[in-house]
Amino acid sequence: MAKTLVEKIWDAHVVKREEGFPDILYIDTHLIHEVTSPQAFDGLRKRGIGLFRPKQTVATADHNVPTLNQHLPIKEELSRYQVDMLTKNCAEFGVELYGLGHPFQGIVHVIGPELGITLPGKTMVCGDSHTSTHGAFGAIAFGIGTSQVEQVFATQCLQQSKPKTMKIEVNGELRKGVGAKDIILYIISKISAAGGTGYFVEFAGSAIRSLSMEARMTVCNMSIEMGARGGLIAPDETTFEYVKGRKFAPAGEEWDKALAYWKTLYSDEDATFDAVLTYDAAEIAPMITYGTNPGMGIGIAEHIPATSAQPETERASYKKALDYMGFADDESLLGKPVDYVFIGSCTNSRIEDLRAVAEFVKGKQKADNVEVWIVPGSKQVEAQAIAEGLDKVFEASGFQLREPGCSACLGMNEDKIPAGKYCVSTSNRNFEGRQGPNARTMLASPLTAAAAAVTGKITDVRELLEEV
Amino acid sequence: MKKFETLSSSVVPLPIENIDTDQIIPARFLKATTREGFGENLFRDWRYNGDNTPKADFVLNDSTYSGKVLVAGKNFGCGSSREHAAWAIQDAGFAVVISSFFADIFKGNALNNGLLPIQVSDEFLAAIFTQVAKEAKSSLTVNLEEQTVTIDATGAKESFEINPYKKSCLINGYDDIDFVRSQTDLIEEFEENKVFKFY
Repeated sequence: MAKTLVEKIWDAHVVKREEGFPDILYIDTHLIHEVTSPQAFDGLRKRGIGLFRPKQTVATADHNVPTLNQHLPIKEELSRYQVDMLTKNCAEFGVELYGLGHPFQGIVHVIGPELGITLPGKTMVCGDSHTSTHGAFGAIAFGIGTSQVEQVFATQCLQQSKPKTMKIEVNGELRKGVGAKDIILYIISKISAAGGTGYFVEFAGSAIRSLSMEARMTVCNMSIEMGARGGLIAPDETTFEYVKGRKFAPAGEEWDKALAYWKTLYSDEDATFDAVLTYDAAEIAPMITYGTNPGMGIGIAEHIPATSAQPETERASYKKALDYMGFADDESLLGKPVDYVFIGSCTNSRIEDLRAVAEFVKGKQKADNVEVWIVPGSKQVEAQAIAEGLDKVFEASGFQLREPGCSACLGMNEDKIPAGKYCVSTSNRNFEGRQGPNARTMLASPLTAAAAAVTGKITDVRELLEEV
Repeated sequence: MKKFETLSSSVVPLPIENIDTDQIIPARFLKATTREGFGENLFRDWRYNGDNTPKADFVLNDSTYSGKVLVAGKNFGCGSSREHAAWAIQDAGFAVVISSFFADIFKGNALNNGLLPIQVSDEFLAAIFTQVAKEAKSSLTVNLEEQTVTIDATGAKESFEINPYKKSCLINGYDDIDFVRSQTDLIEEFEENKVFKFY
C-alpha cells in the first residue's frame, strides 16, 4: 500500500499496535537539556530504576547558560543549580553530557544535526517543542513533556497516537532577499498558529528541495508554531552530503547500508495525505510579525490588518495583541525604530545564518540606537565563525558575538529584552513576555534583522540589497 | 496519579485566544527541579505588576470568580512543550480546563498529570462565558465516565471526546510508564528486528 514518508518511518518504529490504545513507538534517540529533565530523573529515582537505553540519550546545557564568560561559574543561582543538577543526573544515570566547556556544547537542536546524531529515518524526541527541527533530515522528531521524558528514559518508547498527515508544497523560485525563515513565517501567517494542530507536516515542492540543510532546519523548526506535531522533509542528495563524515554518522560499510535504506524514504507517488496545501515561492516577501503569536505576520511592506477584518470572536484577543505591541490597525511597520536585534536561537543560529549576516553587514555600521546580540548555536558554530573571520566583521560593525545558548529567545538567562523595548529577533516566538517581561518581539529572518541593525529601524532588506 | 471522579464546580473564565504556555508559566520560573509550587507563578505577568503587586482586573485576583474549572479561548496551551504549564494550573487548584481547541503537547501533558482538558464546541464555550457573565458563581458538572459537561443553571449539556485508553488511566489512576514497562519483552524483540540496526 502506498505510504507517506511519515507513515513509513512511523510504521517501522511501532513496537505494539492495539485497537483503542495509542501505539507504542520506539524512540531511536532521546535528546535532553537541563530544564525539562530534572523531574523525569527524579521519577526514575522514585521508581528505583535506571535508563532503559542510556546510550541512546544525549544531553546538553542550553536554556539557562550565560552567553558571556562561560568559563566562569554561572552567576544566577537557580540557573546554576539547574545546570549542576543536569551534570549530576547525567553522571548518576550514565548519560553522555555535552555541558558547558565541552567543545560540542550548544543548543540541543543545533548540536544533534552537526554531530551526525540526527539522521534520516530516525525517531527522535526531546522535552522541547522545537525538536521538529530534526525533521529536516527526514526523521520523525517532536517535542514531549516531562512525563514523557520519564517514559522514554524508562522504556525507550512513547505511547503516541499516529498523527494525521499534511503536505505543504512550496513551488517555484524565491525572490531576492527571501529565505527559509520567510517561507515558514509566510505559511504560518496563512494557516494560523493553530492550523497544523494534530498533523505531522511534510514540506515538499521545488522551493523546499532547493534549500540547504540549514535552511530546511529553519523551516521544520517552526512547524510547532502552526501547532503541528512536527515537520519533515524527505532526504535527498543535499541531506546525504550534509550527513556524510559527521562524527556520529554511519561510515564505511554502514554508510552504504544507510544510504540504501535512506533512499527508500520518500512519500509514495500515490500516497494520500489528510490535507494538502500549495504555495508559490514567488509570492513570498521578507516577512515580519506584528503581534503576539507567530501567525500574526505580514510581508514587510504590507500594513497591519485591521481588527475589524478579524472574525468577531477573535477581535478582543487581536486588539490585546496590538495594544501589547504598541501598534495600530492599518499601520506600516517600515521605519519604526528598533531597540534590540537578536540573531540566534535554534531557528537561526547556524553558520549559514551567521555568514549571511556577515556578508550583509560587512563595511556597514550598526545604528546608534540599537544593541545587537549574535548568539551562535553551538561551540562548533562559534569556532567556525571565528575561523572564517566573521567575528572580526561583526566587531567592526558593532555587533556583539556572544557564546552559545538559547539566550534571548526565551530569556531564561540574563539575556532579556527590557520592558517596552522593540526587538527584531530571528527566534521563533513573539509571545507576550517571551524575551523578558513586557518585551516586544518582531520575528524575522537573519537578513531582515541585520537590516534593522544597520538602519536602526524596520527596513525592507530588498532596498538595501539593490544598492549593492 | 490521582483518580479523576465526577466534578461540580464554579469556573474561572479566561476568554482569550491562543493562550501560550509562556503566559501560563513564563520561562524565568522554570528553574525549579521538582513538580510542586508552580501555581504561585501561574499567569505570572497577567496576574502581577512588575513590582509584584496583584493586577486587580485579572480574573485570578478577582474573588468574584473561583472554582476548579478553568475556561479559556481557543488554541489553549500553544507554544513551548513545558509540562510546567500543566503543573502550574493543577498546583493552583484546577482539575479541568475547558476550551474549544487545545494545542497537542499541552493536551498530552495535562492528561499525563490527571488534569482533564475538555474540548467543547465554539457555541458551548460561548454559552459558558455568557452564563458566567450573568452569574459569576454558576457551576458546571463534568462527568468523565459519561464524557459530558453540563451548565447546571441551564441544563445545557455537551459530550466531549477522550482517548479511551487515557480515559481509563484517569478514572483508575493508572500509570502508563508501568504499562509500557510491562511490555519489555516486546521492546527487546523490536530492537532485535530493527529495520536499520545502526540507529
